[in-house]
Amino acid sequence: MSQIHTHQHDAIIVGAGGAGLMAALYASKKSNVAVVSKLYPTRSHTGAAQGGISAALGNVEEDNWEWHAFDTVKGSDYLADQDAVDVLCKEAIDAVIELEHMGLPFDRFPNGKISQRRFGGHTNNETKKPVQRACHAADRTGHMILQTLYQQCIKNKVNFFDEYHVVDLIRVGNAVAGVIAVDVATGDFHIFHGKAVMFATGGWGRCWEVTSNAHSLTGDGAAICFRRGVPMEDMEFFQFHPTGIFKLGILITEGVRGEGGILLNGKGERFMEKYAPTIKDLASRDVVSRAIFLELRDGNGINGQNYVHLDVTPKTVNKYFELAGESRRITREDIEQKLPDIADFTRTYLGIDPVEEPMPIQPTAHYAMGGIPTDVDARVLADAQGNIITGLYAAGEVACVSVHGANRLGTNSLVDLVVFGRRAGMHIAENVPHMELLPLPKDAAASVITEFERLRTSKGKHKPYQLRQRMQKTMTDNVGVFRTEESMNAALAELKQLREEYMGNITIDDKGRIFNTDLLEAWELGCLLELAEVTAYAARNRQESRGGHAREDYPNRDDENWLKHSFCQKDDDQFRLDYKPVTILRYQPKERVY
Amino acid sequence: MQVQLRIRRYNPEQSNKPWWGDYTLQNVNRTDTVLDLLHRVKWEIDGTLALRRSCAHGVCGSDAMRINGANVLACKTLVSSFSREGSNQAKIQVEPILGLPVQKDLIVNMEPFFEHYRSVLPYMINNDPAPADGRERLQSPEDRARFDDTTKCILCAACTTSCPSFWANDKYVGPAAIVQAHRFIFDSRDQAPAERLQVVGDTFGVWRCRTAFNCTNACPREIEVTKAIAEVKIALATGEV
Ligand SMILES: Cc1cc2nc3c(=O)[nH]c(=O)nc-3n(C[C@H](O)[C@H](O)[C@H](O)COP(=O)(O)OP(=O)(O)OC[C@H]3O[C@@H](n4cnc5c(N)ncnc54)[C@H](O)[C@@H]3O)c2cc1C
Ligand code: SF4
Ligand code: FES
Repeated sequence: MSQIHTHQHDAIIVGAGGAGLMAALYASKKSNVAVVSKLYPTRSHTGAAQGGISAALGNVEEDNWEWHAFDTVKGSDYLADQDAVDVLCKEAIDAVIELEHMGLPFDRFPNGKISQRRFGGHTNNETKKPVQRACHAADRTGHMILQTLYQQCIKNKVNFFDEYHVVDLIRVGNAVAGVIAVDVATGDFHIFHGKAVMFATGGWGRCWEVTSNAHSLTGDGAAICFRRGVPMEDMEFFQFHPTGIFKLGILITEGVRGEGGILLNGKGERFMEKYAPTIKDLASRDVVSRAIFLELRDGNGINGQNYVHLDVTPKTVNKYFELAGESRRITREDIEQKLPDIADFTRTYLGIDPVEEPMPIQPTAHYAMGGIPTDVDARVLADAQGNIITGLYAAGEVACVSVHGANRLGTNSLVDLVVFGRRAGMHIAENVPHMELLPLPKDAAASVITEFERLRTSKGKHKPYQLRQRMQKTMTDNVGVFRTEESMNAALAELKQLREEYMGNITIDDKGRIFNTDLLEAWELGCLLELAEVTAYAARNRQESRGGHAREDYPNRDDENWLKHSFCQKDDDQFRLDYKPVTILRYQPKERVY
Repeated sequence: MQVQLRIRRYNPEQSNKPWWGDYTLQNVNRTDTVLDLLHRVKWEIDGTLALRRSCAHGVCGSDAMRINGANVLACKTLVSSFSREGSNQAKIQVEPILGLPVQKDLIVNMEPFFEHYRSVLPYMINNDPAPADGRERLQSPEDRARFDDTTKCILCAACTTSCPSFWANDKYVGPAAIVQAHRFIFDSRDQAPAERLQVVGDTFGVWRCRTAFNCTNACPREIEVTKAIAEVKIALATGEV
């Protein structure tokens, strides 16, 4: 048995991406905080975000936060909670300014202000035309946010536990007492005992075959909470981004279309004109992904293959600008300057120069709209009635406030991280001084240690990667861009089978302690399987199509029956669903056309 | 195609001697990355193989390794770069980066590297009150361009661990830390260039650089590392930023 070490802090923040670091900066101003992360903070996937972070700064044309709010609600297919959306869009302005003051190197307009670009679904509400709202640092905005926040954490001497893998939450009744982590370097278990715990562990795109998500995005935080009785909200809504590199899934930012790039099918048609006549290629992601999927199904892929083209070559783009009567033009230099990383990806992985040739793309599993339910202070809800779990917080992609509803607008996740990460940090700082440190339950780490020993010593037939591939295949085939009752039944049957094999017939090679990534990957697979099942279950239950959840057997949105959030819990191995009404303020649900 | 993959292995739980693991992989595509191959070994052949990786597309900085003698990111290095067009064979040798203590297989202790990073005050220092209108500090596109290159750094350590001066003396702050110092020294909004110049002007600072250019060649983000170091040297020599 490995040694168990115990640490005590006021608050424990799990995850060091944008949400975790922002919270850490604020929480550690007034309390003793530990940031526990399985990756070195700068390896977090926030660093992969490309296109931008939206805020209605109005630096180059008229804009205001209410327009941003309306676009967000419309983008969400009216499932977002409008009070939370107001917080998001109002505080976005101040949060972006704060990032600039922290040193974030935003690109600049000639007058020295932060540069802003167009992005899918962001509009001038009066003219309905795309508006320049996305603040950016070339096409590495997320990288610059992650670096800047980490730099500030160093400046403020935040206390990091890098490469500590959190594997369990210590829940005591309706409150928490800490988390349990494995020190990756030694394999030892550590109990982090504290008054408050925050999860900021990111998404779970690795449930699918083709994804923009890092290998490390295995949904640990969500799965850990779910196992400890926390409901999962709106899990049926997972975003497929329309433009991932064919087969690889590497993301090509919407910023490419913001700069004028267009989608073309095998017949050379700009097919988005059919699906979204007004804003065409810059429609919301769900709309564009479905359009691509339908084009592919109709045999309109390039050379009959499973991809379409994203074309940002000046030749094509300028032709369409001219056709549209627009005066702007783009040049090779614009692409090299504004989209250097995209150009680097396609040159490296495809041998394609985007200035000269179109890029082969297909939809890629991208973003979890659902997750751990929270209020606007990032406090975790115990149920659909809105009761709070004392001391438990979540923010960032793992959380569901809900500001993204059924479909997230591009650039709104980075806003979410800084706005709600900051709110979590402030709430923790203000409240931990009067909170009680609950005593640790006896043998707090026992059950997770038993599970680790089971995996380490297992002698079954299947290796984790085999089960993972089967899970990814069934999720892609059956719980992808389009779903049906039948496809989801198939997914649920396969996932049940996989869970049995995971519990009873798995094996790993590494029986050691130090850097046993074989063991940790096997444990991560357990998290993915858990979340895949919740996703399929919640998706089968929702008998309508809304945002990222598109059912062929229920093709329409059904506000009468389904304008509500789903909350999924598991008791005694049985799923249970409950519902929470959507908060509607200024914007009544309307049909959504782009 | 077929790849002969040789991996430098080390597991102190089993033996204090490193060894070479040889693996023959069939059905490899020319466009597969070395990270794909390492995953195949780890997942299909020997799960004890230890390496760091996350993003798989060259942006997180986890998987700098020495591959066929050069520092690269495994996820950004294609098999095709080791095999002539038309050939269906490749030989690839993978070792941990040099100059940092190996902990297991391809995993090295990064702490000394991050310690150098922290020593250059890698964060914005500006003690003026924020603009009264509550808005951003202004910066012209030209001022912003001066340090653009060095903002791309992902702290992968490929540069520092390819540097002969660092191999010779690990107290040298190394190119990555100088890149970070450069990023702030030349940012018009920052007020502490002098403090940073003092750190990198020290005996274990920029003057250890012998312009071997290994760092620039190694950098997966195509940062002109040697040029950034030269700019810092000039700032030190002239006292002007
Ligand atoms: C390629 C790509 C491009 C994107 N572009 C944009 C964009 O332009 N604009 C936008 O708004 N959004 C964008 N997004 C979405 C956005 O980047 C992410 O949703 C967001 O960065 C998630 O941040 P986070 O802080 O929640 O989590 P992450 O940054 O994913 O961080 C998760 C953290 O949790 C830690 N962690 C996870 N599990 C554990 C565990 N068990 N124990 C301890 N630590 C753990 C990890 O180490 C890591 O530090 C993009 C996403 C991708 C994939
Ligand atoms: S300068 Fe380049 S090689 Fe060096 S750490 Fe940064 S990204 Fe890596
Ligand atoms: S895995 Fe992220 S840089 Fe290679």
